Amino acid sequence: MGGFKLGKMTLGSLFKKPETVMYPLETKPVPKGLKGCVENNVSACILCGICAKRCPCGAIVVDKKARTWTIDRFRCVQCGTCVAECPKSCLEMNPTRPKVAKEKSLVELHVPEPIAEPLQNPNG
Amino acid sequence: MGKATVIPFGPQHPVLPEPLHLDLVVEDEKVIEAIPQIGFVHRGLEKLVETRDYNQFIYVAERICGICAFGHSLGYAETVESLMGVEVPERAEYLRGIWHELSRIHSHILWLGLAADAFGFESLFMHCWRLRERVLSIFEATTGGRVIFSVVKVGGVTRDISADQFAEIKMTLEGIKDEYRQIVNTFMKDTSVKNRTVGVGYLSTEAALNASMVGPFARASNVPYDVRSLGRGAYGKLSDFQPIVDTQGDCYARVKVRANEVLQSIDIIEELIAGIPTGDISVPVKGSPAAGAQASNVVEQPRGECYYFARGNGTKYLDRMRMRTPTSQNLAGMVKALEGCELSDVNMIILTIDPCISCTER
Repeated sequence: MGGFKLGKMTLGSLFKKPETVMYPLETKPVPKGLKGCVENNVSACILCGICAKRCPCGAIVVDKKARTWTIDRFRCVQCGTCVAECPKSCLEMNPTRPKVAKEKSLVELHVPEPIAEPLQNPNG
Repeated sequence: MGKATVIPFGPQHPVLPEPLHLDLVVEDEKVIEAIPQIGFVHRGLEKLVETRDYNQFIYVAERICGICAFGHSLGYAETVESLMGVEVPERAEYLRGIWHELSRIHSHILWLGLAADAFGFESLFMHCWRLRERVLSIFEATTGGRVIFSVVKVGGVTRDISADQFAEIKMTLEGIKDEYRQIVNTFMKDTSVKNRTVGVGYLSTEAALNASMVGPFARASNVPYDVRSLGRGAYGKLSDFQPIVDTQGDCYARVKVRANEVLQSIDIIEELIAGIPTGDISVPVKGSPAAGAQASNVVEQPRGECYYFARGNGTKYLDRMRMRTPTSQNLAGMVKALEGCELSDVNMIILTIDPCISCTER
């Protein structure tokens, strides 16, 4: 029984460094395995559309005709399914903390035409 | 005795962490009856099983609750695994056990903080949440998320924990232990805390059994029921532990049971880390659940036993997915515990069942 059982800890806190950070002036260091956001290396993308098909929340849209790969980052739940399923391994999770946005927007990436591979033996 | 009056309590109320409505029938300051009502945050998540395949639904399952997110994804994955006859690698079982126990630590410390806030002990509340933050940092480093982890999949887990990370987890938990003991000492011995908890909301063992109470709420009324050693994926065989029970059955006992369970969880994690085998973390799962195949499972969530039921229909979409959460069980006991209490103790009693209404309504 008795009061002030937390006294020692509370008084100790007066002389310790604060555990919180002054966000947004200061942010916590990003851990290596943070999920962050999905990035596409468009030069390797073949627009197969498996990522769009597997996405549980329909955040990815692949347009083969217009050669665009679009992601709605506000829909994405960072589950990592697209990254695990990508046959060309062109998707990856970029461990960054997303910035605060004023309005919703889409990220549209244009996938370049594949460069024709040179023939093995052009002379014959 | 005065005339009986009905006081509406909730769903929005400063002391309530969740949207629960109670009609409190009071005579003077004494509550003679409490009639609960829920249904304010129904999201229809069970229905979504018809439009999301069994692999995608795991991300819906873990969004049922923010606190026991890992427990729900684990319970769902285990149910589908038993539906399809999938054997999970041993390392994945250990990893699931470690993350699940970490979730229990973070849930219980969060609850202790809320309890401190409920009886107006602000500094205790902040110290509790300060310690919880370190557990969340472990989650962030090992899974990539603080609340929603997305690490469980049907057939295993998606991420492994390295030996260095295990060492860090052990070091962090050791660091928490000493400060945590000081916090528990305050909960157990401080007069201002005891005045609000001792003898409040008493529930006898018989009443707890009759109302089928689960989790720490039941264990505080001397019902040694812990499904961590039952059901599929139970790690009773991986770790040697006994359920923590208390005989007093009041709010003080419930605080005590949860406070001791955190220390027990730290011991279980250390035991699991010491015994984790090497090997694969997942197995490939092909095909769909057979038409008419049924499976059920129980998981000990931080709040108590959660029951899962799934039925396949031969396609990759499940026919039915049903969950019965610990709060839907414990509401009956809460009503029983509220009978005869003082009006000022109502918030404390509601809080000691650790209600999760969003979980219950889904």
